[in-house]
Parts: sequence; structure tokens; C-alpha cells
Amino acid sequence: MEILAFGDTGWGDELFYATLMTIAVSITAMFIGFIFALIFTPLKLSKNKFLNFIANTYTTIIRGVPELLVIYLFFFGGTGAVMFVASIFGYNEYIEINAFITGAFAIGIISGAYSTEVFRGAIQSIDKGQFEASKVLGFKKIVYFFKIIMPQMLRLAIPNLSNVWQITLKDTSLISVTGLVEIMRQSYIAAGSTRDPLFFYSFAAVLYLLLTFLSMKLINKLEVKYSRGY
Amino acid sequence: MDFELMANSFPKLLNAAVITLKLLSISLFVGLFIGLFFAILRLNKNIYINKFAYGYSYVFRGTPLLVQIFIIYFGLGQIEYFRSTFLWVIFKEPYWCAIIAFSLNTGAYTSEILRSAFQTIKPGIIEAGKSLGISKNIIFFKIQVPIAIRQSLPAYGNEIILMMKGTSLASTVTLMDLTGVAKYIISTTFKPIEVFIVAGGIYLFMTFIFHNLIKFLEKKYSF
Repeated sequence: MEILAFGDTGWGDELFYATLMTIAVSITAMFIGFIFALIFTPLKLSKNKFLNFIANTYTTIIRGVPELLVIYLFFFGGTGAVMFVASIFGYNEYIEINAFITGAFAIGIISGAYSTEVFRGAIQSIDKGQFEASKVLGFKKIVYFFKIIMPQMLRLAIPNLSNVWQITLKDTSLISVTGLVEIMRQSYIAAGSTRDPLFFYSFAAVLYLLLTFLSMKLINKLEVKYSRGY
Repeated sequence: MDFELMANSFPKLLNAAVITLKLLSISLFVGLFIGLFFAILRLNKNIYINKFAYGYSYVFRGTPLLVQIFIIYFGLGQIEYFRSTFLWVIFKEPYWCAIIAFSLNTGAYTSEILRSAFQTIKPGIIEAGKSLGISKNIIFFKIQVPIAIRQSLPAYGNEIILMMKGTSLASTVTLMDLTGVAKYIISTTFKPIEVFIVAGGIYLFMTFIFHNLIKFLEKKYSF
């Protein structure tokens, strides 16, 4: 157990911070994913064929191409893209984007594609009468979306969103290839310097299991909260 | 856009796709048997056997595939005793380590898919078989398994595509699969977008084929 001690003698504190980093990246990525889902879900449900096509292209590409390849695209291409945009505004110095932002963005785009599908499914399974009734009652679009559709949608979406969360959490392990020090990267460093990969990778597995277990407990509570009317 | 690079890297990436397909097909084949085995254990009434099977699928579905590969490839080689056994011939090769990790992973997911398929079979069908005097084994293999396979086709189709994306992790243990070669080309030419389009296109094409194959099978075995 000395190997997991906090301080200079063990890897406890490093792994603890790495775990916090994994949580931070996962939450940021999930949040970015929600923003993408908010943009693309209406496009998916829209009657305009062209908007449909854009949204379908997004979800199809993301769900058909490996996460690792998307991360490599952002890792190698992110800096270039930002520098290109900066050069339009006349800024030609080298810009380095940090690994956290690149990673969270890459995972966020992936997570967004899954969230879009979840929201689309949830909205489509709401009874049509609900939309019509709120129109008939003369609610403003924003009011009826947030007060009538959203609560019903969340009840249907939460079980599937918990799957998306699990996928997102596990996908963050892939960001380790870009050098961001999260659980996987820290285990890799620790395994390299102590020559004890079996222990550290197993410990990483335990940490991930702990995270998924705890988040499932939390999500179950949310589920109960949103289905109390049923 | 560097179209010359795209044209040049296409045959290389296509060659690498063969390795991806090899990894995928072997893992799916082995994983199917692992999945069936654990699905049967899950249906067992003995609580310890049941818990064991549940624990297996919980651990493999709750941890990232990357961790699983690293434990098998980097971790197991650390055990002195293990290196002296004949198993070492298999476990020192990254290719077989990747396949073992993928098989165990897809096995866990497949066991869940098959279990839920078995559970949705109406008891009446099994009772009908019993009342006709058909033996238990024949009921299982001739009645339950075909129905379960049909039930689980859509979910299994998703699993095939998820696994195909999972094989990209083989590149982290030095295997040159589609993603591995794509990364190599990107890191030597620094043209990520072009390579991504070609490699992503090949992946999407494979996804498309699998998607339609499953759709075809669903239609064929629908009732």
C-alpha cells in the first residue's frame, strides 16, 4: 500500500488528481455534447430536408468513425485550425491549445452525436396531443418547450443519457494519447517508472469502475425525481 | 486539400483495413461464444453462478477497453510464472493480446444482449415444447437459441459497429491497423484532415456494409 501513499513516496495524490481530471473532462465533454445536441436535435426533427441531411451527416460520421481517429484529428488538426482562423485576423504567432480543451472538445463532439439521438428519440415519443394542446392554449413557443415538453422529454431521456454518460466517461481514457494527465495517462506514467503495470492498470480499472458505479447511483436518483408524476 | 496525399495514402489505409477486419472478425467470433456461455450462466438459478456472470459483464462494461488491453498486454507479462508457461507464446504478441481483450469485451456486451433476448421469449413457447415431450437440450438449441438470435439481431448489429470502432485501440499496442496507419501518416505529413477523410471514409463504408448486412438478416429471419 506504500505505493499508493500520498506525497512524494507514493502515487496516491497523483492518481487522486488524475481522477479529478477524468471527472472534469467527462463533465466538460458531456456539457459540450449537450450544446451540440441542442443545435442538432431541432435540425433532425425539422421538416427541411437539407437541415435533416446536415444533422444526419454529423451523427452518422461520428457514430461510424472510431473515437480515437476523431481525437487524432483534433490533436493534430486543432492547432492548425485555430492558427488558420487567427491568421485571418492577422495574428501569425504559434498558438498552442491545451490538451484539456482539445480532448474535451473531441469527446464532446462524439458525446453530442449520441445525445442528439437520445433527445430526438425522446421528443418523438412524446404524445402529439401535448404539442397541439399547448399550441391551442396559446403558450409561447419557449414557454411550452421548457415547461411542458422538456420535463416529459427528460423523463424519457435520462435512462439513455446515463448510457451516453458512461460512454463519455470511458472515452476520456482515449485522451491519454494526447498527453493529458487523467487516470489512464497517470497510470501509464506510474507503470513506467515503477515497472509495475499490472498493479497500476488494474487500479485504473478499479477507479473507472468506482466512477461508473457512483454515477449510476446518482443518475438513478435523478430518474426517480423525474418520473415521480408517473 | 492535398489530393495527391489522399490518393497515395488510400492503398496503404486499405491494406490496414484488412488487419482491422481480421481483428474484428476473430474477436466477434470468439466473443459470440463467450457471450453465449455467460448468457447461459446468467439464466442459471444458482445465485453464485449468476453473480459471477453478472460481475464479469459489469467489470468489462464498466471499464474502458483501453484499460483492458493495457492490463492484458503490459500487465500480464509482468508475472514471472506466467512467462514460463506455454501461454506466453500467445500473450507476448500484441496481435493476440488485442484479440483476447476485444473478445472478452465484446463477450460481456454480447452476454447482456443474449440474456435479455432469452428473457423476452414467451414462457408459452417453452411450455409448448415441454408438453410435446421434447427434451430440454433440444428445446434450448432448437427453439430458444434461434428465437433469441432473431431477437438480438438489431442490438448485435450495434455491437458489431461499436466493436469495429473498438479495434482502433489496437493501434495503442503497436499494431498497424487502420487507425494506426492513419496516425502514422498524419504524424509524418501533418495533414490530419485529408487522412481523416480517407480513413474515416473507409470506416464509414465498413459501417454501411455491416448495417445493411444486419438489416438483410433481420428481414430474412423475421417472423
